[in-house]
Amino acid sequence: MGDNTLVLGQRLSEWCGHAPALEEDIAMANTALDLIGQTQLWLGLAAERKGQGHSADDLAYHRDAWDFRNLLLVEQPNRDFGVTMMRQFLFDCWHLEALKALTAHADAEISAIAQKSVKEVTYHRERSTDTVIALGDGTEQSHKKMQAALDRLWPYVGEMFTADDDDLMDVAALRPGFDAHVMASLTEATLTRPDSDFAHQGGKTGARHSEHLGHMLATMQSLPRSYPDAKW
Amino acid sequence: MYAQMIKSEATQDDPVKLAVFQKRIDAGDKIEPKDWMPEGYRKTLIRQIGQHAHSEIVGQLPEGNWITRAPSLERKAILLAKVQDEAGHGLYLYCAAETLGVSRDELTEMLLDGRMKYSSIFAYPTLTWADMGAVGWLVDGAAILNQVPLQRTSFGPYARAMVRICKEESFHQRQGFDIMMKMVNGTAAQKRMAQDALDRLWYPSLMMFGPSDAESVHSEQSMAWKIKINGNDELRQKFVDQTVPQAEYLGLTIPDEHLKWNEDKGGYDFSQPDWSEFFDVLKGNGPCSTERIEARQKAWDNGAWVREARMAHAAKKRAAKLAAE
Repeated sequence: MGDNTLVLGQRLSEWCGHAPALEEDIAMANTALDLIGQTQLWLGLAAERKGQGHSADDLAYHRDAWDFRNLLLVEQPNRDFGVTMMRQFLFDCWHLEALKALTAHADAEISAIAQKSVKEVTYHRERSTDTVIALGDGTEQSHKKMQAALDRLWPYVGEMFTADDDDLMDVAALRPGFDAHVMASLTEATLTRPDSDFAHQGGKTGARHSEHLGHMLATMQSLPRSYPDAKW
Repeated sequence: MYAQMIKSEATQDDPVKLAVFQKRIDAGDKIEPKDWMPEGYRKTLIRQIGQHAHSEIVGQLPEGNWITRAPSLERKAILLAKVQDEAGHGLYLYCAAETLGVSRDELTEMLLDGRMKYSSIFAYPTLTWADMGAVGWLVDGAAILNQVPLQRTSFGPYARAMVRICKEESFHQRQGFDIMMKMVNGTAAQKRMAQDALDRLWYPSLMMFGPSDAESVHSEQSMAWKIKINGNDELRQKFVDQTVPQAEYLGLTIPDEHLKWNEDKGGYDFSQPDWSEFFDVLKGNGPCSTERIEARQKAWDNGAWVREARMAHAAKKRAAKLAAE
């Protein structure tokens, strides 16, 4: 959970100062901030459970790509605003279902983080849904771009529902809720769900990330790695 | 100070109306968008508020340069929030300018084609993490000195925008100082970064107040209209006087061998920045001038389809709603 929010928060923060309009810039920074905040909670908890005096920052800054357990979807590059918002929409739809499931988790600390995050992510999903609908329906050009974004990212949807031993919840059970919201929104956006359900795998197991993650980490981790003795 | 070298526009209005207007200003009245105002007042304010807004937006770039490399999750969140605040400041200021009859899009186009400027300080690069501290400490510190008095400026929407902006800027300055504290108390490399940041940003910070009042031909009218409240030299002096003890506290050396306390004036004597460099920067020859405008131009061009699509979708929704009624 923390690697997903960290990697996506980092991706979104790349937009800061470069968005299509000030309102979008502010909203995107806001989402990035929520995700970084959630990262502090998830990785903080992970570090605490790991023991040995580790911190959230140790996990964020001192692990290599193969130890990251994020979905391939969130490490995909921003490309254009359409791809960024489609990636956000698909992730938000999964993220909200996942967090709702985790609010009932037996571990009180996990459940508490999920309860806090659900409120933020409900808003994230509302905003990305509105954006996908507006841009899908907007002009001929925007429609084409959003359909292309959907086609490009759809192969990363399946991984979100592929179970592995480290899951905190039954991920396959999240699919109906995801599908219901996604399909209704795509219809309103006049976009067509791709036929193929081919799914790339390897992000959440760490077995095979995309080439993109290494570059992101090289940038993100550069200071703590170059100056391991420094406190910032 | 985010507004530099603002030229007061000549005004050719009815002398009686002008006299009544000046009386209102002198009495401390706030001028609101629907009130009568001299054309020169309107145009000067558009230029000043526009330049201020552009500075906030362009100012996102040098700090945005370090968001993806912030050295801890907490520092990343703080910096993101700060740069987001700057976008917010830009938004309030564009809104204040819009009440004077100019659109945000028109102002943006004037920035991109060079008819309008942004503060010279943002044409300088941010080269190490210490710059995130020094920008907050020095640049936001200088901006606050100019903006606190502007809360009392005569134009209502501008004054009200300033109240909110000042609160956030003070917070940013404290955050900047906090980064500097961590750096100077850190490793040798961190101390070196801190001193290097001060060395590079000291004179560009002094330039933020604009050239000496003696050479500033436009100040008088703006001061009479209470668009400008203090002189450039007065604010620069205040900045040096408040910053020197802070640098001493940090154990950093201000890069000015002539810096000396002057008992008679109760302030420091200091060296002027290289004003020829300042004028070069204003002409678009700052170290990052090309990159800054290029980045804004790219955001504007690449975002066009998004803005058009949002407008088109909103129009379709309106039409559908009308048809249903």
